[in-house]
Amino acid sequence: MTGFIVILERDLKLAFRRVSELANPLLFFVIVTSLFPLALSPDRLLLQAVGAGVLWVAALLSSLLALEGLFRADVEDGSMEQLMLSPVPLSIIVLAKITAHWIVSGVPLIALVPVVALSFELPAQALWVMAAALLLATPTLSVLVSIGAALTVSLKSGGSIIGLLVLPLCSPLLIFGARATDLAAQGEAVAGPLYLLGALAVFSVSLGPLAAAAALKVGLE
Amino acid sequence: MSSVEYLLASRSLAVTRGEVRLINELDFELAQGQLALVVGPNGSGKTSLLRVLAGLSAPALGQVTWRGVELHRLAPEQRSELGYRGHFDGLKKDFTVTENIEFYARLSGHQGRHDQLMSDLSLTEVKDRQVRFLSAGQRRRTGLATLKVGGTRLWLLDEPMTNLDADGRSLLAGWLEAHLHDGGVAVVATHQPDELLRSGTLMIEL
Repeated sequence: MTGFIVILERDLKLAFRRVSELANPLLFFVIVTSLFPLALSPDRLLLQAVGAGVLWVAALLSSLLALEGLFRADVEDGSMEQLMLSPVPLSIIVLAKITAHWIVSGVPLIALVPVVALSFELPAQALWVMAAALLLATPTLSVLVSIGAALTVSLKSGGSIIGLLVLPLCSPLLIFGARATDLAAQGEAVAGPLYLLGALAVFSVSLGPLAAAAALKVGLE
Repeated sequence: MSSVEYLLASRSLAVTRGEVRLINELDFELAQGQLALVVGPNGSGKTSLLRVLAGLSAPALGQVTWRGVELHRLAPEQRSELGYRGHFDGLKKDFTVTENIEFYARLSGHQGRHDQLMSDLSLTEVKDRQVRFLSAGQRRRTGLATLKVGGTRLWLLDEPMTNLDADGRSLLAGWLEAHLHDGGVAVVATHQPDELLRSGTLMIEL
């Protein structure tokens, strides 16, 4: 547990020293979602119909952008070798890094969503459900992208390959997340898709770091 | 039967890089207080060998043991006895010297102040400076300080003299001597073996 906290603290501290890097994926999210109402007709019903889908796809791509270099800096400066030789198991190191990254990139994204969603004229109850669905989906997303980042850590241009590897695996998140938002917009019960997102989060956070650690070990040999 | 307890042992070790076999049938044993110097031309496999000895890469054939246990079976507390410094120092450029040293100390469970250590390494003046603003030699010294605070028993050092001035090199030689005197073990890949050679040193020529 101590090792987890030490690495979490280090990554949070490092992240706050490079605020511009943190802001890029969030700006990407805001810009992409703002372009849709400009490009489409400003018709209220049309925006409401596509809003949930657009926000979810933009959130997905923004997370991919934020996480693709999760391990690269540590590998390039030799820190990863030192972490691997530490008494802290590699899966705990991976979990600490994912958690730190989720706190600095996932949480602000969740906070931004209700604001950005206003441009799609989504009803108020849908905004809160969407924020709750993202709260449940982003940990799974972070774990999936971290596995992709670990597998491509030794490749110079791993970013595009991570997308190919990870995006198909994210489709359940997109389906359940967008469905929950749609149901909320129509005033219907949203517990089903939220439970499924919660179950995926528990599953991925429990087993994902083990897979990412194994991938990292292979990638760095 | 030998009464010497060997800490690090290599048996029929073969090391490859990519598809190329660099080292074949390497056998050696190191007892506490013993130093091995790995020498050879560039590309002969010095770094690959050190990575295998650290457990960061798997050997193509054979095995490496630490205290009689194969590296991939080591318990976390045994694994933390292995210290490796390669071509990169493992420092965060956005952190100060002190922050880097404290991070590694905390990671290995050795907390406390490190004023004396920084003074020994002539790092006191730059202790609050971010690593990105240090010279190559100062970074090397900081990297060595992080190795020291980890409390490791086996030092695997890849070209540790690189970027160090005369004072730094003599300090490193002194540290190594003290480490071996305290019962540590070291394997050092170097192009300047004469500066570290001492009686009982094992030479591994690749």
